[in-house]
Amino acid sequence: MKKFAYYPGCSLEKMAASYHVSTLETARVLGVELEEIEDWNCCGATAYFHVDEILATTLCARNLAMAEKQGLDLVAPCSGCFKNMYFANESLKNDKDLADHVNYALDADDLKFTGAINVNHIIDVFVHEVGLDEIKKHVKRPLKNLKVAPYYGCQLIRPRKPDDIVGDIEDPRFFEDLLTTMGATPVSYPMRLRCCGGSLIITNKKAALSMVRALLETAEGAGADVIATACPLCQINLELYQTEVNREFGTNLSMPVMYFTQLLGLAFGIPAKRLGIGTEFVPADDVLKCARGDSQAAAGGKSE
Amino acid sequence: MAVRPTFSQEISNLLYASHGHPLAVCMQCGLCSASCPVVDHMDNSPRRLIAMIHADLKDDVLKSTTFWYCASCYHCTVRCPRGINIAEMMYGLKRYSMWRNRYDKSLIGPDFSERFAKMIIKTGRSWEPALAPSFIFKGGVQGFLYETQTALKLMQRGRIPMTPSKIKRIKGFRRMLGRIIPLAGVK
Repeated sequence: MKKFAYYPGCSLEKMAASYHVSTLETARVLGVELEEIEDWNCCGATAYFHVDEILATTLCARNLAMAEKQGLDLVAPCSGCFKNMYFANESLKNDKDLADHVNYALDADDLKFTGAINVNHIIDVFVHEVGLDEIKKHVKRPLKNLKVAPYYGCQLIRPRKPDDIVGDIEDPRFFEDLLTTMGATPVSYPMRLRCCGGSLIITNKKAALSMVRALLETAEGAGADVIATACPLCQINLELYQTEVNREFGTNLSMPVMYFTQLLGLAFGIPAKRLGIGTEFVPADDVLKCARGDSQAAAGGKSE
Repeated sequence: MAVRPTFSQEISNLLYASHGHPLAVCMQCGLCSASCPVVDHMDNSPRRLIAMIHADLKDDVLKSTTFWYCASCYHCTVRCPRGINIAEMMYGLKRYSMWRNRYDKSLIGPDFSERFAKMIIKTGRSWEPALAPSFIFKGGVQGFLYETQTALKLMQRGRIPMTPSKIKRIKGFRRMLGRIIPLAGVK
């Protein structure tokens, strides 16, 4: 059994609680044990890095040090948390002065960074540590005829990492491969690596809404029934703000946006409710019909 | 005698820690601007901003919206043929303009970041309602109504917590932060 120090991050406490529960449910099926870091703190998001770099690194270091105490590699489901923690870990490992400075601070909370662990994203753990062959063994209800737009977004794959999980950074395929393993059909659309706007949804809404619109329209144009994400901020921007996109641009978009763990859970035969399905703003009825084997209903909805 | 660094040198210095190539190697190819998903909304494209830094146009650079509209998607960073970490440069400019209190005061970004930083010092975790004052009144009456609608939708589905979440060892956490930057009133 593979075991990790689990870092849910602030979004998964409430805003993206469905990502949290579906991660735990699917991990259990796959024999991945997630031991939550007991007193984890915010990773600093992007905002802390606007204020002070060392402070932001210290925030991440506290979580890393607690995972080290557990003796486990850290895993995060949020792309932002993953990116921050990954690069904080690398900077601290490669810069002794920085590590000394941060350790002086950590000592005030009886912690120490030693550089003993690695940082992973949950989709990387599933695809590469567990493996697609193993995942396939657990698929009881393949999502036949479901057309899914895999949305990589940004911080899951960029900036480039030395021990590259991605493969070709301009043309990653692991999300498509995972969807195929679930029995779904990944659709090809040009915006899959493009930004959702991130925190611009607060700080420059006009820009963010136009970015969300472009993403939704190309996914819809490619015949997708649903967009799959691996990041809470992407999910919020693409789904919650569809109403505002429609109001701003006079569009009529209605595209469900679900976490890849929710789709995976459905393919495993886990009841929808246990995957947090039912708290979304754009109903996922067609996806559910498809998971129940009522596949014609799903396929007939949008593509014909 | 000490020589005062130019603005261009100051900004280049901000990048030394990020292990990217120095800004001076930029050849103005514009791949950063072509890759940027927000470029249409910026007053200066990333390429142009770098040219402005090289020309020491400090005032124009600091009042530019470019770096505050950067969404940190890192497309420019991974594509720059000269290996400049452009997204990191945008972070550096954000910090520089906040240190110097030299940013366009109509922007939401700086206020939002400051509130965020203070919120984390208080509780150790993020709680969305604490950030609302930085933006809910910026869109006029209609904007305020839209923001309220959005918040209500989230509450109806139990997706906004009513009270902030707080870490357990908050005292140790604050002592830790106090060793990086002095925090007034922190024990």
